Amino acid sequence: MKYISEIMPSLLSGTKVTVELFVITLLLAIPIGILLALGLRSRFRLLKIILEAYVWLMRGTPLLLQLIFIFYGLPTIGIVFERFVAAVIAFVLNYAAYFAEIFRGGLQSVSQEQSEAAALLGLSKQQAFRFVIMPQVVKIVLPSMGNEVINLVKDSSLVYVLGIGDLLRAGNVATARDVTLVPLVLVGIIYLLLTGILTYIQNKIERGFSYYE
Amino acid sequence: MNNPTALQLIDVTKSFAHKKVLDGVNLQVGVGEILSIVGPSGVGKTTLLRTILGLETVDQGQFKVNNQAFNPKDHSQNKIGIVFQDFRLFPNLTVLQNIMLAPLRVQKVPHDKVDGDVQQLLNLLQLEEQKDYYPFQLSGGQKQRVAIARALILRPQILCYDEPTSALDAQNKSQVSELLRTFKERQITQLVVTHDLEFAHEVSDRMFNLGEQTQ
Repeated sequence: MKYISEIMPSLLSGTKVTVELFVITLLLAIPIGILLALGLRSRFRLLKIILEAYVWLMRGTPLLLQLIFIFYGLPTIGIVFERFVAAVIAFVLNYAAYFAEIFRGGLQSVSQEQSEAAALLGLSKQQAFRFVIMPQVVKIVLPSMGNEVINLVKDSSLVYVLGIGDLLRAGNVATARDVTLVPLVLVGIIYLLLTGILTYIQNKIERGFSYYE
Repeated sequence: MNNPTALQLIDVTKSFAHKKVLDGVNLQVGVGEILSIVGPSGVGKTTLLRTILGLETVDQGQFKVNNQAFNPKDHSQNKIGIVFQDFRLFPNLTVLQNIMLAPLRVQKVPHDKVDGDVQQLLNLLQLEEQKDYYPFQLSGGQKQRVAIARALILRPQILCYDEPTSALDAQNKSQVSELLRTFKERQITQLVVTHDLEFAHEVSDRMFNLGEQTQ
């Protein structure tokens, strides 16, 4: 117990870094993902092709490669980012692509007929999107978004390779130093707690949207 | 036809991939008249309705509402209302919200004025008890009446119905014909696209057989 209380502060500060990365990524990647999804459905062919290529690139290559590319690769051509900034850029670019695909699917499954009905009532495209389409899309995408959000918590451990002091690094350092499994077990428990809380929140939100079918 | 003309189509033509679906359709509907557009399937009834609603671009032809040129693609005036075959209610909104969305957001009618209008419509359409229901909680007939209320609240010059009887049982069917007659008494012009000849005979003042293209 004494040992646990000794290493807890470093694990908690690692947790703080993990949570910070998680929150910043979500706050940026969700709106960007929605914009990308709208772009993917745009009538401008060139824009569509560029965005499709972007999504393909981000989903088709490992996030780990993207992290290494941005932090270790780009400096060779003179583009240098601070560690945490590099991590945020990689995560936002990557997750925005995943969110875009999810929202694109959601937009597609709200039928064209709903947009037509809204247009015939005189609603502008923006009004139709806000009052009719988006609320339906949100309900549709919630389960897949929940999965991605939980993946993000676990993926955040990949910043280990950039030497960022996240939760995993804090645990690994303590294990190597003190030759004990305890820190890594604690790290596992903290990840479980984080994903458990998120699952709980996800269920709450999904229930909040179950008032209609 | 003694009434003034509510809706007039002049020489409306529409082709899909070189196949002429509408070939110079001429059509007039008088104010307060119930006109049914009938004809075998594939004859272009739905296409004709979609051009009137501005959902299809015509190759040529003109539209007039109350003897004034009218662009069907301009929905901001709410001149034409539609009750779709599948109703197309917004599943995320209650009955009340479905009906009030457009008057509040498009026509910017003050809330208390809309409240009064909605109340009258709910009474007329017997939807009082269902006003806080979501569409999935309604029967087919109730959904249709919500769709009618949602269109009527905007006070359109012409109210169109796409196959209004296709999703209804006999009892709901007679209820709909009764409603159409009630609206007629209120001088609402109505255009019914249907393949249900029995219903068309029962409710219409006049039938327009698109297959024959004669009035």
